Amino acid sequence: MRVNFTVNGRPREADDVWEGESLLYVLRERLGLPGSKNACEQGECGSCTVRLDGVPVCACLVAAGQAEGREVVTVEGLADYARQRAQGGCAAGACGTSLQDGRHRPAEGTGTGSQAGEGTELSPVQQAFIDAGAVQCGFCTPGLLVASDELLERNPNPTDADIREALSGNLCRCTGYEKIMDAVRLAAARQSEGV
Amino acid sequence: MDFLRPASWEEALAAKAEHPTAVPIAGGTDVMVEINFDHRRPEYLLDLNRIGDLSEWEVGADTVRLGASVPYTQIMENLRAELPGLALASHTVASPQIRNRGGVGGNLGTASPAGDAHPALLAAGAEVEVESAARGTRLIPIDAFYTGVKRNALQPDELIRAVHVRKADGPQQFSKVGTRNAMVIAVCAFGLALHPVTRTVRTGIGSAAPTPVRAEAAEEFLNAALEEGGFWDNGKIITPSVAKRFADLCSAACNPIDDVRGTASYRRHAVGVMARRTLTWTWESYRGTHRTTEGAA
Repeated sequence: MRVNFTVNGRPREADDVWEGESLLYVLRERLGLPGSKNACEQGECGSCTVRLDGVPVCACLVAAGQAEGREVVTVEGLADYARQRAQGGCAAGACGTSLQDGRHRPAEGTGTGSQAGEGTELSPVQQAFIDAGAVQCGFCTPGLLVASDELLERNPNPTDADIREALSGNLCRCTGYEKIMDAVRLAAARQSEGV
Repeated sequence: MDFLRPASWEEALAAKAEHPTAVPIAGGTDVMVEINFDHRRPEYLLDLNRIGDLSEWEVGADTVRLGASVPYTQIMENLRAELPGLALASHTVASPQIRNRGGVGGNLGTASPAGDAHPALLAAGAEVEVESAARGTRLIPIDAFYTGVKRNALQPDELIRAVHVRKADGPQQFSKVGTRNAMVIAVCAFGLALHPVTRTVRTGIGSAAPTPVRAEAAEEFLNAALEEGGFWDNGKIITPSVAKRFADLCSAACNPIDDVRGTASYRRHAVGVMARRTLTWTWESYRGTHRTTEGAA
């Protein structure tokens, strides 16, 4: 079957999608967006976390057909998403449609271009992960970034308990949790200082 | 495999009537796991995401009509006052990502003995609203809904539309045993609701029998003991011997198995502990002390 939906602000079309296929498979294998990671395939690890109409979900548990007509943001689009939010393009949780204008994007191209997140500035939460050393092997990082970004959108000044709860569905096998906590605290602090 | 995308409830019922083997998918948090792991290859997937009213709820005089697809996150955030037990149970479901997608309809459809919503529904009292194109709507009492391990009272042409949960008329609690707070399939779980209006107590046990069950003998014992001692009126602390007997009867209501998550004897023991604790918490709350329904997950 064919699935049409919006990914990181751009309308995309996937063909020959098997009816039992997950959104994660479509993103990675059909649309060339391998940022969302494929690990447990059962919603346990959170490494495939994406925003579906603004809501953080495990892409491995969304049937591809359920994404029809909806808006998906992956880690590749996180920087643009965060920038547009900072510019007041949207209120918390309602970012969807404002992304469609795609001002920052080149015209529909052949390669992945900015769709793959290359050449764009990092989002504050991405920069904070780097600065805090919250990346070890990096496999869990995309999911944690999407989850952390959504937390800070919803709750700009989270307590440690809020952070732990928001990230409780994301596993880091390197056990880098303390640095990850540091990174989210750092991003929150920078956000509140307007840095 | 065919992917059916009804745009309305009527279309969904028609599709289910035409293809009784179709597997309904809403949040996908159970169904997609089975498909990803090749445990299931349904002929038809019936996507319910386009049917908006499944994600809505109505607070009535005596019950909350909770749409089958209302995500756990919404229950936690919006129905804590009306359905405190179910809100607590919802908070123990998996992780934020899963709670954003999964709902009570899926828990009921899967009918796993470990589903977190079941003990809360049993304790509160609920009816499941199911419908078929041929025979219309019927309400299945929650006590008659679970018929076996991962089996329920649904007919092949029926879909779950909503669950009608009694609004809390007293304190409710939910407790669950697992190795951590998040991402845990219950080793066992326990729900308890005080119903001061009818002067009764209802329970729900999860993951400790082939189906979710109530501890009916324990309820009868406690109802009689509370009545006899005038506890509902005098608000005294429940006698330790009464709490102990209640806990023992709750343990006795279990029919658990040994599996990777725990042994049968551990489950029996833990259900007794949770029964005593949730009784104490709710009773303290009923007595008007500072305890609330918060924070017992």
